[in-house]
Amino acid sequence: MKRKHKRLLFVAAGMAALGIAAGLIISAFDENLVFFFSPTELQARETRPDQRIRIGGLVEEGSVSKEADGVTVRFRVTDLTASLQVVYKDLLPDLFREGQGVVAEGKLRADGVFEATEVLAKHDENYMPREVADALRKSGQWKGQAGDAKADAPNVTETAK
Amino acid sequence: MTAELGHYALILALIMALVQSVLPLIGAHRRDHTLMALAGPAVIGQFVFVSMAFACLMYAYVVSDFSVMNVAANSHSDKPLLYKFTAVWGNHEGSMVLWVWILAVYGLAVTAFGGNLPPVLKSRALAIQGLIGLGFLLFSLGTSNPFMRLDPAPINGNDLNPLLQDPGLAFHPPLLYFGYVGLSMPFAFAIAALIEGRVDPAWARWVRPWTLLAWISLTAGITLGSWWAYYELGWGGFWFWDPVENASFMPWLMATALLHSAIVAEKRDALKSWTVLLAILAFSLSLLGTFLVRSGVLTSVHSFASDPARGAYILGFLILVVGGSLALYAWRAPALKAGGTFKPISRESALLLNNLLLVVGCGTVFVAELYPIVLDAIDGSKVSVGPPFFEKAFAPLMAPLLLVAAAGPMLAWKRADLPGVLQRLSLAFAALVAVIALSYALHGGPIGAAIGLGIAAWLFTGAAVDFFDRIKLFRAPLSETLVRFAGLPRSALGTTLAHMGIAVLVVGAVAGTAWRSETIAVMKPGDHAELAGYTVTLTTIGESKGPNYTAQIAEMRLERDGELRGLMYPEKRFYPVQGTQTTEAAIRTTWFADFYIALGDPDEASGGVGVRLYHNPFVPWIWIGALMLVVGGGLSLSDRRLRVGAPSRRRASAAQPAQAASAGGGP
Repeated sequence: MKRKHKRLLFVAAGMAALGIAAGLIISAFDENLVFFFSPTELQARETRPDQRIRIGGLVEEGSVSKEADGVTVRFRVTDLTASLQVVYKDLLPDLFREGQGVVAEGKLRADGVFEATEVLAKHDENYMPREVADALRKSGQWKGQAGDAKADAPNVTETAK
Repeated sequence: MTAELGHYALILALIMALVQSVLPLIGAHRRDHTLMALAGPAVIGQFVFVSMAFACLMYAYVVSDFSVMNVAANSHSDKPLLYKFTAVWGNHEGSMVLWVWILAVYGLAVTAFGGNLPPVLKSRALAIQGLIGLGFLLFSLGTSNPFMRLDPAPINGNDLNPLLQDPGLAFHPPLLYFGYVGLSMPFAFAIAALIEGRVDPAWARWVRPWTLLAWISLTAGITLGSWWAYYELGWGGFWFWDPVENASFMPWLMATALLHSAIVAEKRDALKSWTVLLAILAFSLSLLGTFLVRSGVLTSVHSFASDPARGAYILGFLILVVGGSLALYAWRAPALKAGGTFKPISRESALLLNNLLLVVGCGTVFVAELYPIVLDAIDGSKVSVGPPFFEKAFAPLMAPLLLVAAAGPMLAWKRADLPGVLQRLSLAFAALVAVIALSYALHGGPIGAAIGLGIAAWLFTGAAVDFFDRIKLFRAPLSETLVRFAGLPRSALGTTLAHMGIAVLVVGAVAGTAWRSETIAVMKPGDHAELAGYTVTLTTIGESKGPNYTAQIAEMRLERDGELRGLMYPEKRFYPVQGTQTTEAAIRTTWFADFYIALGDPDEASGGVGVRLYHNPFVPWIWIGALMLVVGGGLSLSDRRLRVGAPSRRRASAAQPAQAASAGGGP
């Protein structure tokens, strides 16, 4: 085999690898992109019943209750314009609190209740998850900046992870 | 006073970086040895001043000087001393100083160990490191000065986020940074080689150990972070395919590729311009990792707050460094002469295939990492990419990689005997089939998990067979085997161990993901819960007090078949200064599985407490596998022929007569 042919072979192998990777990415994206909606946006649109989505906003004050099994939690998530009932059958994260920002991942049931499989509230009390901040800004209820974290206030911590 | 001293030292370091980056570059261009020689003192000066600044900051933390804003924001007088130290880099400003300090250490290493390097190459590489240092020092002084004062000074500080007050996470950032910044070494030498228009085996021999060192610390740093997430976040998971994790995973993938291509560049004088490109990409991804985590662009389970203005600076810097170096590559790479040739079936080809798969795999992670950011910028849609994506798009690319990894070390350089190698792999193939069949029969799927375990068995067996063949175990008298073992180069031993480590790690990750089981219960003292054949009984719930927290501790009896396996003490800690809670999971390991208990909130209605139980099969193997990777890397690094900074002239000319002139280098 000549040097030129060999190079061609390697280039072909490279292209094949890239092609396969692109195919894998596209097909995996198709099913596994999780979109984020605020309660207001969710009212305005249809979602497939089996579609995994993320919702976010503030945990409505006084809305958190536990069902008789002691594990299932019910709370409402609000963007101060609309609110959404959420059920979650798991332990809440350490930083979950009423009036604080929260993001939940799960599915919207036909009865309009959001069944969460994951609740993220991994931020300190001054921090607003970015999606939540943007959602609140969209609903005109909050004037802060996206990702506003009171960057200059001496309460902000972060990790290098 | 200390803070001002530190600030002043940082400014002096900036001036030193300016000297280090500009003068040697001019000197190298004009072949002016006086100017080139200035790099040495500038490097030492930079190291001294950055160390001084770092020490000043550390002192401010240790004595709890709350008139320094950074200390007030991240420390507290009640905090244990260890976390006063580690809080220095537990925040943005301090971690930037750490970044620059590590860079200065690497610069010092070049001057200390680089005595044999051609002076032109050395001074150019030092100048590139100086430029990187300049960029980061400007960033530190301009946007994130750690020595800012607070007036009036508060009585006490705000404390470090309790999640970070943990030994695992205390040493995660320094290790990770040591790896990130370590990749500046191959990068600086790649740029220097591009300016010079020449890459030779001496270049590769210098770059290889430094890449290996960076790779070892990256591996250790990522593992430590993953381990921390496992026991501290209380979710029982070890890897979330979270953007912040991916940000450190991408440079690791690229560094792994670079590690392998540098072998070809050194031993066979081939794949040279490819190796240079990988060096550029690996460091670019390190910078991107720093940028993504620091800018607040990412929303992530681990991300805390940060400031967009800083992101803008790093983004500009990133474009300058990545764009500049890639442009230089496009311009100069054609000047790099192609070296040794090889057949499609050869060790070179296997290593090239390894590179191809790693780079493409890294590409999938990159796309998944940046797609949500780009989409948000275009139309404001918010998406996230979860673990299922990576299982479908990333895992299929890694499967052939692991298959090749078993064959690679068996293939000869230049032209290999494929039938012979396939024959040697027959035992590995048997292991592959047996493990797939067995695990499918025992667990009934998912089939992907069974295949993953089979491939791990293939790799482990293949690496073992190769090792046993090398020492002729059972084929020659034991004495000869021992002599062969003693004579085996440590780098070969390191390769075997690292490849086996990957296999062990894959078993842990695949089985731990596919076959974990969990249950949630509300328990009162005396209640039982069942999981995976174990019975857990809550005996008591008590209170305890730590130095800066109060804790609720439960005592759990873990039993199997009526026999006590251990007492477990999961904790819920409350840190009053920040008003936050942390979960301290209790983990009992058999080395084949972990039993994991995390405590939730008390349930007022029933008087019980929420408890989450996990049974995680094979998860300990992840840490064992990672340890094997680190030890294997260390063994390779200790190889006499690969010792850091040993581009010995005598060896180079003995090994590569044709290259003697260039390999020897020097005046």
